Amino acid sequence: MSVTDLPGAKAGKAATVDAEEARRARRRRVEQTARYVLPLLVMVLAIWLWDRIVVWNDIPHFILPGPSRVWASLTGDWNLLWDSALLTGRITLMALAIAVVGGAGLAILFNQSRMVELSLYPYAVILQVTPVVSIAPLIFIYVESKTVGMLMCAWIVAFFPVLSSTTLGLNSVDHNLRDLFRIYGATRWQRLWMLQLPSALPYFLGGLKIAGGLSLIGAVVAELVAGTGGVGTGLAFRIQEAGYRLNIARMFAALAIVAAMGVFIFAALSLLSHMLLRRWHESAIKREH
Amino acid sequence: MARIAPFAERSELLRVSAVDKVFPGNVAALRAMSLEVREGDFISLLGPSGCGKSTALRLIAGLSDPTAGRIEWSTPRAKGDLGVVFQEPTLMPWATVAQNVYLPFRLEGTPYSAAKDDILQTLKLVGLEKFQNAYPRALSGGMKMRVSIARAMVTQPKLILMDEPFAALDEITRFKLNNDLLDMQARIGCTVIFVTHSVFESVFLSDRIVVMAARPGRVIEELHVDAPHPRDEAFRTSADYAAHCRAASQALEQAMEAAA
Repeated sequence: MSVTDLPGAKAGKAATVDAEEARRARRRRVEQTARYVLPLLVMVLAIWLWDRIVVWNDIPHFILPGPSRVWASLTGDWNLLWDSALLTGRITLMALAIAVVGGAGLAILFNQSRMVELSLYPYAVILQVTPVVSIAPLIFIYVESKTVGMLMCAWIVAFFPVLSSTTLGLNSVDHNLRDLFRIYGATRWQRLWMLQLPSALPYFLGGLKIAGGLSLIGAVVAELVAGTGGVGTGLAFRIQEAGYRLNIARMFAALAIVAAMGVFIFAALSLLSHMLLRRWHESAIKREH
Repeated sequence: MARIAPFAERSELLRVSAVDKVFPGNVAALRAMSLEVREGDFISLLGPSGCGKSTALRLIAGLSDPTAGRIEWSTPRAKGDLGVVFQEPTLMPWATVAQNVYLPFRLEGTPYSAAKDDILQTLKLVGLEKFQNAYPRALSGGMKMRVSIARAMVTQPKLILMDEPFAALDEITRFKLNNDLLDMQARIGCTVIFVTHSVFESVFLSDRIVVMAARPGRVIEELHVDAPHPRDEAFRTSADYAAHCRAASQALEQAMEAAA
């Protein structure tokens, strides 16, 4: 087959890319658009279907409100819901912060002392595998402050991914680099600071992304168990309360905000991870092919 | 230049005396190895896999202790006296080229401003002065290896240990790096112990080739390559080079037979 038979090399056309590359570029462009358009389309379709089901079947709003009622609740109760979202958000972020400090701190401690790790690691696992809903009521018996209790619940759920992934990262140092540090007479702290912590960073950030979602779950669960008791009312309590009043539209509105918060946390942590790794880590490399 | 003394006038740098290394399960990785290393020597450890050449390198680096025998330096070893190049470039991916080369100084506690001149000079020596701010992932395999060599040389060490550093590179890159390595060694005036399984590489680079056999790992023969320095492409096609290659190949064959 001669070169002129190729479709990309038609006469009169300055073909800088061949047909295969052109196809690949086109596919990439289509995919880029579809990434945003398709989920949006699914959402519009689902909302329309939801609306039709409610209208066609004449479903009463205290059983299933239509999308317009939920929207009205979202805008009408906005001040109420926003205050609740701030409270839940604050607990979530505080829990995430202590999960990061506690999880990464424990990982470093375990890494520095094998004996401490052998003593405590099984209990970290036990704490993780016990469902937080079953621990939470006990916590609120012994802990006076609702805020502290809620933080503890959220921390129990969120710290483990940070601990386990950071531990894995600290132990995943290139063996030759470790030898090199030994040859140059590095101290234990130099090794930790200049070698192990940078090696662990991608692993830590992976754990952080999971912990972000989990701390929101922990905060919501803790709120449901704790009730109101003087700390104001978060989104989870709003959902529960609206349920008692058969205000289903507000339940949906509050649920939408919780979901949006989860998405926001995940997106923010993904962005942070990308910013920290983009210059050097393999995961941030865009391949041409 | 020409900081390396002629063969006869070289003084002793370190001595390996009757060293054994036995791993758990009674595996004799190295038996009765003796080697005198003199300042300015370029020594190749040549042998099949499992002959203990990498083990010997680890023992000399102090990463592992001999089961029996002694490894003695003529003068006590200071922190910057030893550089190492592994088979992989072994760079820190999160650090730039200059930061990677800075590592030995950084671990000594030398501030970057004080080490900067040495770092830039060494990068120039390996031909990467334009890449000081690049991250390793942007470099080719050969360039990464050059950074690794720069890091080993930046403290002007007395001894550089190299464990099959060019084994994973293509032949064109390897030849180029072989040429440059000899040039760099001459400029810095260091001693090199170089592990390889390539006859050609060992002949081109070395003053002495230590041929080793496996099971147990031991020295079979020591060959001298007395061709003068500097060596260049002309040496690679000379009759002298071919003769040395033949001798080394024969010694290696004996080593393989001895193991079988």
